[in-house]
Amino acid sequence: MSETTTHIPEEKARIGAPSIPGFTEEGEDLSPINDNTSSPLGGSAAKAHSHGGGVGVPDSSRAGRLTSYNVDDFAKLTGREEDWRFTPLKRIKGLHTDELTGAAPKVELTGSDVVTLSEVPADDVLNGIAHTPDDRVSANGWKYATTSQVVTIPKNAEGEKATLRITGESLEAAAQHIIVVAEENSEATVVLDHVGSAVLAQNVEFDVRPNARLTVVSLQAWEDDSVHASSQQALVAAGASFKHVAVTFGGDLVRVNPSARFTGERAEVELYGLYFADAGQHLEHRLFVDHAVANCKSNVLYKGALQGKDAHTVWVGDVLIQKAAVGTDSYEANRNLVLTDGARADSVPNLEIETGLIDGAGHASTTGRFDDEHLFYLMARGIDEKTARRLVVRGFLNEIVQQIGDEALQERLTDTIESELAATDN
Amino acid sequence: MSTLEIKDLHVSIDTEQGEKEILKGVTLTINTNETHAIMGPNGSGKSTLASTIAGHPRYNVTSGSITLDGEDVLEMSVDERAKAGLFLAMQYPVEVPGVTMTNFLRTAKTAIDGEAPKLRTWTKDVKEAMSKLKIDADFAQRNVNEGFSGGEKKRVEILQLELFKPKFAVLDETDSGLDVDALKIVSEGVNRAQDENNMGTLLITHYTRILRYIKPDFVHVFVDGKVAEQGGPELADRLEEEGYDRYTSVSA
Ligand SMILES: Nc1ncnc2c1ncn2[C@@H]1O[C@H](COP(=O)(O)OP(=O)(O)OP(=O)(O)O)[C@@H](O)[C@H]1O
Ligand SMILES: [Mg+2]
Repeated sequence: MSETTTHIPEEKARIGAPSIPGFTEEGEDLSPINDNTSSPLGGSAAKAHSHGGGVGVPDSSRAGRLTSYNVDDFAKLTGREEDWRFTPLKRIKGLHTDELTGAAPKVELTGSDVVTLSEVPADDVLNGIAHTPDDRVSANGWKYATTSQVVTIPKNAEGEKATLRITGESLEAAAQHIIVVAEENSEATVVLDHVGSAVLAQNVEFDVRPNARLTVVSLQAWEDDSVHASSQQALVAAGASFKHVAVTFGGDLVRVNPSARFTGERAEVELYGLYFADAGQHLEHRLFVDHAVANCKSNVLYKGALQGKDAHTVWVGDVLIQKAAVGTDSYEANRNLVLTDGARADSVPNLEIETGLIDGAGHASTTGRFDDEHLFYLMARGIDEKTARRLVVRGFLNEIVQQIGDEALQERLTDTIESELAATDN
Repeated sequence: MSTLEIKDLHVSIDTEQGEKEILKGVTLTINTNETHAIMGPNGSGKSTLASTIAGHPRYNVTSGSITLDGEDVLEMSVDERAKAGLFLAMQYPVEVPGVTMTNFLRTAKTAIDGEAPKLRTWTKDVKEAMSKLKIDADFAQRNVNEGFSGGEKKRVEILQLELFKPKFAVLDETDSGLDVDALKIVSEGVNRAQDENNMGTLLITHYTRILRYIKPDFVHVFVDGKVAEQGGPELADRLEEEGYDRYTSVSA
């Protein structure tokens, strides 16, 4: 296993300390001190610029990423762009170029009497409350989504569990817009359960209001023929906590970009992910945590297993600690387990720190192989080959499964992992 | 009583330069309650013998046989050998990601016994065995061998030996990398396993130090893939004094 870790111990983050020197590890990308306090993500400030050629400077720090509601502000994709360089555009079925006029997947909300689902037109005030597209596919999806599905968790709701089943029924390229509003002081888990077949550019926004506690599980359990590009952006207000668990194992090409931006202090974000790529699958996760204000905490952990020829996973984790974000505590890690030859895991952690006054910041990335020596060791203890594989993969992914906090769903995932394993060797 | 019998064993490995013969006719018989020490220079094939007994796929047996109470061991898969009662304490135990010691020990015990151990007694057994080997209780929650020090890995091998109760154990340089206290603790573990389970032991070592704690009945000198000489415990002392020159100059 190879590992790169960076950790800034507390004692270094004393008052008046200069910016942290010596960040030379791989994946490190210190941007120059950025005085620009404008928001790199979402909100009405960015929206106001949507016809002015977008906000941001492409290809600099993550803070400078172009954001716009207007697809034409984004250049045509070549595949050489930093944020597209791993994605096989040939297989994206025109989500970045075409008119996305296919039928959007059907949505259906179950599990709670308190959480509601409604549909609003594309010009409703809620649209863009937490989200600004930051790539061409997302902006194209924004353009073609004619309505938005709004899931509302009312104020002071407690322990609610709702599932939004999102069923794809067509392979015509489509767009979809979902808005989840967690009102003040509410506490709920929302599962976005993607099933069926779809070619989909999707935008999901989460407005996590003061002191709300929202857990989202985005489950990509598509049929093999599906293509899904999902931009999922959260605004996290003061005292709120947002936990997002991305679980991806179905689909030909799935690209999920979860992001969270703090808008108030004492808030907390946890981004977890679990993926299992089989032969030929491309599963990509690009996440972004934007520490735009002081005294917030974030933790990121993604774990993936790969098996079979040309199974490919990509993980890119951008964490930006802005100048104002003193007292930040942040950690991100990605761990991959390659089970067979011919599979490839790309993993790129990017940590940008613009203030030295933080409690901690670190990143780690490991890609390990389950090889003949592991197998021999377990078998030499009487464990047969199948059980040995299952033991290792289940143990490896379990750390994330446990984060889901819903027994039925955890069981479904465990079963899925088992059947993925059973389909071993292509 | 059980017998592990190795007869005229020839083993080769595939290298980039082609097939290379490492074991060149090894014959050795071990019975229940016997301890056989194998000593010999680096590269003479000791680990190769150990791994071949356990069934590592890298080693090709080109001729000869290994039998356990008359059963053909070479016909068995790696896990079948463990279930038949063979145990290898490895020279370099492997780190297994994602699997906790607790989970691993229970799964292996279940496989070896053919049924799950009674939870309450099992947990107690594991705890006791760990404390006797002075392994910290929090190792149970850690992944198998992950980040363990060299000496810790060796103790965990002996922990398994005590819990799995094999008929025959092959200990490949279990004493290397142990401090003086650990050497004593680990040796006591091996002796306990031998007393309680009527075990036969094949002990590979470079040092006579461990033989003060684990008394060998036989000592075999391994040189260039063969047993060059065998004798009683006194042979080990002579090797310590004279080294292997005598054998290597003969074979050269
Ligand atoms: N892949 C390989 N290519 C060439 N030679 C190899 C290969 N693997 C093992 N060998 C050789 O096989 C021989 C026997 O190795 P083995 O590990 O069995 O020795 P050993 O007696 O256990 O030595 P030590 O006391 O150092 O543990 C050595 O000469 C080693 O170099
Ligand atoms: Mg050796």
